[in-house]
Amino acid sequence: MPQARYVFVPQPVMGKSPRELRGYVDGKDPVTGRPVMQEIIEGLTVPVETDLRGITFERLTPRLVEPGTEENLHRLFRENNWTDQLPIILPTEERVAAMLACTSRKPGEVVGHMRPTAFREVWEYTVEKVAVNAVMSGARPEYFPVILALAASEASARGSTTSSAAAMAVVNGPVRHEIGMNSGIGALGPYNHANATIGRAYGLLSQNLQGGSEPGLTYMGSSGNNYSYNSVTFAENEERSPWEALHVQHGFRPSDSAVSVFGGCRSTAFTLGLPEKHWREHVRNMLRGMDAHSAPTLLLDPITARQFIDRGGFDTKEKLIRWVYENALMPADEYWDYQLIQNYIYPRATFGEEPYASRLKAAPDELIHMFTPEEVQVVVVGGETNGYWRIMGAPYRTTVSVDQWR
Amino acid sequence: MATTRTRSAGSGTITVLNPQGYPPRITAAPMAPRLDGLDGKTVYLVDPRFDDSGIFLKQLQACFEEHLPRVTTRYVQMRSVYTRDDPETWEEIKANGDAAIIGVGH
Repeated sequence: MPQARYVFVPQPVMGKSPRELRGYVDGKDPVTGRPVMQEIIEGLTVPVETDLRGITFERLTPRLVEPGTEENLHRLFRENNWTDQLPIILPTEERVAAMLACTSRKPGEVVGHMRPTAFREVWEYTVEKVAVNAVMSGARPEYFPVILALAASEASARGSTTSSAAAMAVVNGPVRHEIGMNSGIGALGPYNHANATIGRAYGLLSQNLQGGSEPGLTYMGSSGNNYSYNSVTFAENEERSPWEALHVQHGFRPSDSAVSVFGGCRSTAFTLGLPEKHWREHVRNMLRGMDAHSAPTLLLDPITARQFIDRGGFDTKEKLIRWVYENALMPADEYWDYQLIQNYIYPRATFGEEPYASRLKAAPDELIHMFTPEEVQVVVVGGETNGYWRIMGAPYRTTVSVDQWR
Repeated sequence: MATTRTRSAGSGTITVLNPQGYPPRITAAPMAPRLDGLDGKTVYLVDPRFDDSGIFLKQLQACFEEHLPRVTTRYVQMRSVYTRDDPETWEEIKANGDAAIIGVGH
């Protein structure tokens, strides 16, 4: 928006006193060095010089990159911010064709649309474009339907929130075994080719198909997030889980293959097992320690899953989820004071949106729910070397069929 | 797969595919005409309710009142979170205002 009138004040605005913020108003724009109020008045009164009415801008993405040596092409991809700064596999036509051979979908079919934030333009991408990024990640062609399903979620793994959020992806169903995914020992670590490269492909396709993920331009995460390297991608350990699989909870059959996508993945809490005397207090402490805005997804080793049944009688995931909802509580005054709650929940509450409006009616010291039951998720993963488990602050977004992309 | 290559014009060079998606066509929307001056005009101060933006806008409003008393300012909050469009507020500004300042963005 070359003609839009912007005025900048120092960052942060958050947490500053009225007196300090008046200083911003009376001070200078840190970008231009000119007085803030003068720029505001000029922004409202200085005529717009160029009339862009009716002008359209057509931008093309060539199918091929100019030929070059491997060394120069690797440099080009790095310098264009088309990689995650780790070495990639160059997407030659043969490699992309091999990837495309593992789906029945046509190369030119539109898979979806994506953008880094709600205010940016939406970019479009095809099956072939997803294949290019899949090749770059080092993924094998047989993984391609899972990667296409991730692309079809239209949920970016490279969101541009200043909070440095990552994505998380959980694969369910027969495809886990068909492509050799890991749901056991080290499932969330760098020990399995499919887990590692599918998650990497999700990140690469997000940044390249949405129009970039460049710090200061299309990525504003202040500190960044190591989870972004492979978007915490793993398979659920359905065989050792005492409960219904995640994709079945979201409307699929056990025989279906699907991938579930989570966003806002930042905060993590962990502990070992559920000691008999104070397990309830321990879990409550973990929940209270989570970011109150990012709903919890429990990642339970099968040992811990069975212990939840032994301790609390939670013979279904739904019963455990209900207990988590009922025990994730916080005094109302503390809850509403969180900046993220002020930014994203309070405005909705003040305009009557439930259940937030009811929470707003609570007395300051009254305990209120931090989350809704629908927001809480449970996934079983791990190899039973011990009963360690964790909570990821990672709100569920959607579950996409893998079978549709075979 | 690791050894496959597409040879191109020059020796030792290969051709690869571009990994970027397709940007949308953009049609420019004209800016609203600027005002000749602010005296007697009504300026809306629109609060997206992000990171204490309301506290900032009220200081901006105080500055207008002190230094530009012939300008009427109206502080309004967006009706939900800033990520959602707010056509009601935009209509109110079109009907009753001459200009608007939206802040703070990020």
